[in-house]
Amino acid sequence: MVEKKKTTTKKTETKKQDTKKVAPVKQEGKKQAKAAAGSTTEQKARVGVFICHCGTNIAGSMDLTAVEAYAKTIPNVAYVDNYKYMCSMPGQAVINKAINDNKLTGVVVAACSPRLHEPTFRTATKEGGLNPFRFEMANIREQNSWVHMHDQEGSTDKAKDAIRIAVAKAALLQDLFPKAVPVEKAAMVVGAGVAGMQAALDLSAAGIKTYLVESDASIGGRMSQLDKTFPTLDCSQCILTPKMVDVGREPLIELFTWSEVHEVEGYIGNFDVTIRKKARGVISMAEGEARGIVGGGCNGCGDCEGVCPVVKPNEFEMGMKPRKAIYINHPQVVPLLYTIDFNSCVKCGLCVTICGEKKAIDLEAKDEFVKVKVGTAILATGYELFPIEKKAEWGYKKFENVITGLEFERLICASGPTGGHLVRPSDGQTPKKVGFVLCAGSRDNTGIGKPYCSRFCCMYSLKHAHQIIEKIPGCTPYLFYMDIRSFGKAYEEFYYRIQDEGAKFIRGRVANILEDPKTKSLHVMTDDTLLNRPIDLEMDLVVLASAVQPSADTNRTRKLFGVSCSMDGWLLEAHPKLNPCGTTTAGVFLAGVCQGPKDIPDTVASAEGAASAASIPIHKGEVELEPYFATCIAEKCAGCGMCVNLCPYSALALVKKDGRTVMEVTEAKCKGCGTCGGFCPGGAIWMNHFATPQIVAQIDAFLLGGEQ
Amino acid sequence: MSAPGNFKIPERGPGIWQPKIIGLLCNWCSYAGADLAGGGRIQYPPDVRVVRVMCTGRLDALFVLKAFADGADGVLVSGCHFGDCHYLEGNYKAAKRMFMVKRLMKSIGLDDRRFRMTFVSASEGAKWAAVITDVVNTVTELGPSPITEFRK
Repeated sequence: MVEKKKTTTKKTETKKQDTKKVAPVKQEGKKQAKAAAGSTTEQKARVGVFICHCGTNIAGSMDLTAVEAYAKTIPNVAYVDNYKYMCSMPGQAVINKAINDNKLTGVVVAACSPRLHEPTFRTATKEGGLNPFRFEMANIREQNSWVHMHDQEGSTDKAKDAIRIAVAKAALLQDLFPKAVPVEKAAMVVGAGVAGMQAALDLSAAGIKTYLVESDASIGGRMSQLDKTFPTLDCSQCILTPKMVDVGREPLIELFTWSEVHEVEGYIGNFDVTIRKKARGVISMAEGEARGIVGGGCNGCGDCEGVCPVVKPNEFEMGMKPRKAIYINHPQVVPLLYTIDFNSCVKCGLCVTICGEKKAIDLEAKDEFVKVKVGTAILATGYELFPIEKKAEWGYKKFENVITGLEFERLICASGPTGGHLVRPSDGQTPKKVGFVLCAGSRDNTGIGKPYCSRFCCMYSLKHAHQIIEKIPGCTPYLFYMDIRSFGKAYEEFYYRIQDEGAKFIRGRVANILEDPKTKSLHVMTDDTLLNRPIDLEMDLVVLASAVQPSADTNRTRKLFGVSCSMDGWLLEAHPKLNPCGTTTAGVFLAGVCQGPKDIPDTVASAEGAASAASIPIHKGEVELEPYFATCIAEKCAGCGMCVNLCPYSALALVKKDGRTVMEVTEAKCKGCGTCGGFCPGGAIWMNHFATPQIVAQIDAFLLGGEQ
Repeated sequence: MSAPGNFKIPERGPGIWQPKIIGLLCNWCSYAGADLAGGGRIQYPPDVRVVRVMCTGRLDALFVLKAFADGADGVLVSGCHFGDCHYLEGNYKAAKRMFMVKRLMKSIGLDDRRFRMTFVSASEGAKWAAVITDVVNTVTELGPSPITEFRK
């Protein structure tokens, strides 16, 4: 560093004065580096700059010859080269060779985003014989050539600055060594719909203890509410219940139903998760045994339900069937265990009396908290329907005979409220004309609905049309659509089949639905865009293929795990194409619709992908953490303890050392955010890889780094 | 630059002043959002130079002041939305510090519009482009930093 200053120009003399405050820290940093690695900080920094053309992605927008010529003039630069594709094998070989030939101490690659290729070039740096953390990337693609495509001068200048900034940091980088931590041989899956169940089954099949947390009283999720699945017309319950039973039976899966994730601490390999078991008021047979009640606990006999005087709408049946305050939602629930709805229970005690010696019911139950330790976690929190009553023009919740697709599923299902007879809610009559409004709230840029395609509504509406034709002779389905999106395997064939069966397709977005007050029939108004004329059709029943949105609790859960979401609220994957199951939080993965609308095959596939990804660190047994820890420079620490309060991970503590109070970092807890280092009034905290002198050098390099 | 979602690029050339603006970005939200704008080829003015940190919580108020002392015409700090911080609460702590910087700027007579803290998530590429355009326009309107003028 001292040598570096000698070589600087007049301009950087100012810098010397400016950085007086941080200068002592630099000295400390040097000591740190020496202590840490016995490295080569004493010798003058020799940085190699490697400029990538990325075909014409970068080279097409800026003058790379000028950039390369400029790079040679930057202080501390010992070598400059360019290559068409730096990330290719020959490109990486260029880096390897240059490190050896030129005795480089730091590497700068000017190419795409470090979020994309930092690992690649770190490996290349390592293969060249340097510590991988002596690498710095200058982003001249995502944040330059692609966003200044028609401003060659501007983007060339920006690239020069970006390289100068990166070189300034690379000259000060130190050897760092990632810390390997053991991984707990257990995983957690949040949400027990078909995605969560599949992920849990796969993990347990791979020999991993899995905690499956479900906020509902039973596992099964949305799929258990469906009647048939497209395009094979399998009975949804028939293919799902075996899986539900497997989940209930698998010894490696510990099931937490009627539970929520309450708190998450730790990092990949060592998440400490607190599960809140909501007060259920009913104990299982296992819990009964644990409490010493012989033959006790709920056996699912249902006597309590018979005597309960409180009647409420059954949410599973979309409110179209009654349930009691103590209830199970449907006969196939797993686990077969009753639940008390404490919001409506009047605590009359009739259920306790009839339960008798089994003593399964506890009206004074409280929430319980269970702590588990897991290595990785999968979020599979699923979806709910967009509240389609917000689109007032279609009259949902205003007109009795306007229902949603999910209500149709229950009505047509043999185990549903009508025993599988499709009837009009207003009068119980069988409809003769059923209208289906597709893209109800999807592909809607009015600001009320959702801008995205919900992906499975076209197909389930086709299936609904088929079911009507099959079950009700003489009944005609009318599908009002924008486009029929039948994209999957055997989907297009299914579409043709429904056309042949006699369903009517009208291409036009439904403008308005009006009710005939006498007959309660509905007038569907639209424009037939193929015939170019307005249409007013009278329907007996209208089904809205409502858009889907993330389930209500998704936002809370994702924040616990530190997962980002996209603008629509769907959870954000690490990379949409190359890492669709991963998230930016290491060790947390996504399965199913919580990441974006998916049909059942895609959901199951993504769940299997997430399970596979989540099992990798567990089977490896240890993971490497990025060594961006905070370290305390004891000589400078005044022991004020401000940092201790700032740390969100309780990684810092005050300790006595040589008769003084100083701060100490627990490296395993530190995640490297640097919140402590950004505040320390004495500059006593050294953030590895993002140290104060390194950041200040970057700022100086841009603003004082010489004219171009 | 008439494509939808793209922003007007100011004129460049000899005699036209270009502001020097430094952007201090968090890795997880704003830097990723800026990358997304790139993937989407959303065009915006090229005057902001970016320094990446893991979290805006890392940013010492002195970094911002240092940039102004070095002659920056504008400083942009951008992190995750509140409640979305990859490190739970780093952006709250940063925002507190940055408010302090704004107050300080006001009291020393440096127009505080030269400094801005924004919140751009990893999925807000278009917002990033809008933010940059607005920052560049604001700073361009304010003209060269008075601190640079002192140096002359």
